[in-house]
Amino acid sequence: MMLQLDNVTKVYKVGAFGGKTFAAVDGVSFDVRSGEVVSLIGESGSGKSTIGKMILGLTSVTAGSITVDGVPVKAAKEYYRHVQGVFQDPFSCYNPVFKADRVFQLIKESYYPQVSAAEWDGRVRSAIQDVRLDPGQVLGRYPHQLSGGQLQRLLIARALLLDIKLLVADEITSMLDASTRIDVLNLLAELKERGLGVLYVTHDLSLGNYLAERTVVLRNGTVVEMGLTDKVFGDPLHPYTRKLLAAVPRLNAPWEDAEPTDTCRYHAGGASGALFEADADHFVACARLDGCPR
Amino acid sequence: MSLRVSELRVYYRTLKGDVKALDDVSFTMRDGEILGLAGESGCGKTTLGKSLIRMDGRMRHMGGTVELDGRELPIGDDRRMNEFRFHEVSLIPQYSMSAMNPTRKIGKMVGELLGSRGVALDRAELESRLDLVELPRKVLDNYPIELSGGMKQRMVMVISTLLNPSLLIADEVTSALDVSTQKAVAKALIGFRDAGFVKSMIFVTHDLALTSHIADTIMVMYAGKLAEKAPAKVMVTAPRHPYTKLLINSLPEVGVRHADKKLSGIAGSPPSLLDPPAGCRFRARCPVAGDECGQEPPVVEVEPDHFVACWKA
Repeated sequence: MMLQLDNVTKVYKVGAFGGKTFAAVDGVSFDVRSGEVVSLIGESGSGKSTIGKMILGLTSVTAGSITVDGVPVKAAKEYYRHVQGVFQDPFSCYNPVFKADRVFQLIKESYYPQVSAAEWDGRVRSAIQDVRLDPGQVLGRYPHQLSGGQLQRLLIARALLLDIKLLVADEITSMLDASTRIDVLNLLAELKERGLGVLYVTHDLSLGNYLAERTVVLRNGTVVEMGLTDKVFGDPLHPYTRKLLAAVPRLNAPWEDAEPTDTCRYHAGGASGALFEADADHFVACARLDGCPR
Repeated sequence: MSLRVSELRVYYRTLKGDVKALDDVSFTMRDGEILGLAGESGCGKTTLGKSLIRMDGRMRHMGGTVELDGRELPIGDDRRMNEFRFHEVSLIPQYSMSAMNPTRKIGKMVGELLGSRGVALDRAELESRLDLVELPRKVLDNYPIELSGGMKQRMVMVISTLLNPSLLIADEVTSALDVSTQKAVAKALIGFRDAGFVKSMIFVTHDLALTSHIADTIMVMYAGKLAEKAPAKVMVTAPRHPYTKLLINSLPEVGVRHADKKLSGIAGSPPSLLDPPAGCRFRARCPVAGDECGQEPPVVEVEPDHFVACWKA
């Protein structure tokens, strides 16, 4: 287990003077192994980005623990050598005043000051080739001269320059066009083959399904279903997962009306049950199998 | 014929020259038709939507005509266009989340908005339309901030169509929504058409799978030009233009796994519209391009209602 989340909870203070609290993430446990893509799927407000931020040390953990190779998260230089994130909007990740390749120079200054300029240039070029870009086309350009897909891949190349073990990819394709989106996804799949662990945060079920070995479905800060992607998507047990899947538009099939109408705790708006293992590596938080009328 | 666009050219004026965002685009729409307008960023789909209702300061109408229900729209004339807006042509903007006045209760804002068009608010009609999109009637006494994104989106839809416009332009209305909300909004749009609140609709999106569920006809644009226009079913099952084919092949569907089937994107990027290349604009990225592609391909009706601009189709 490389990344391990154990009963992680994040409580935000809300209201005018922080008088109220809101549990954005409530008792979430899962893990990401090396050489594996895990997709974290949920609608807006389900807490998926908060989990990504906690793993990257960008926000504190209220309760529970997050460890990477047994080491707890801390927002320190050594931690970021191994754990990096790429975010949704590549356009706002670059300073428009400087050339886009400045992000590589900043990595060198803080992590590899002893490396010679010539050797660093070689490493940058090979990292750029690893993300399937032509160094001649992207080096020395300003951010506005590059496309969203190119900028996003440069940010991944930046992460590859470090000795990373885990990449948190938070909605990295949602700003990209269909024609370039798939290239970035294929790249993540290649990183996995190099032994990286990837946490792919998304609200797009078809993209998560394309890429991930395992899937975690979040709802209102709790895990409703998780396990092997084949099982979660192929045989969804939780009514919420079914409803999400039914809402995905498909090219050649009519929109399903598979929303369950039978009584269930999820529809009554109550809390879902505790996670239990319904099948090998397929967990579901649904009281259905515990004597529910469905 | 509800809408007839002929040889429309709209350029953006910039310091470096004119950006030819819409270059010689012609198409027609029938009464009651929902036209899905798809394409990559920068292909001109939002420009086309905006041209039909309000051009911003940088846009210049360089030629061509737009006819709605037999009357020509003065699209280049901001003032004269005003009498058509909201009554004849209406828009659901891309960021409906922030389209409502945050300092007014929604009911009051709608009243003021209608007042500015010289129409009195028919509360019963408004409430019946709220029911149609499954919004509680009490939202009229709420401020916009009290509504969720999907609710605001549906509220803006109701406001935009209150005067029963002939043409509704829905610009990327679902792209910021979750899948289940997206489905509700999409069904509401179809409901508006079926109820006769709008005669026809242009649904601008980059999501081909979603468009195929909503639209009767899909039009794919590339680099400011029409690439292909066909009935929705034909477009997703038997596209003829190489760009459309590649675009559809790059879509991951639920059930397609990277381990089983590796999808690929389209190499390269669209040409700059400041100085677009002569001939077919997709030529540089096209796998089947040949010598004839140096000439600009005409839009040809290869089958009834199926238009393609490609020499190889």
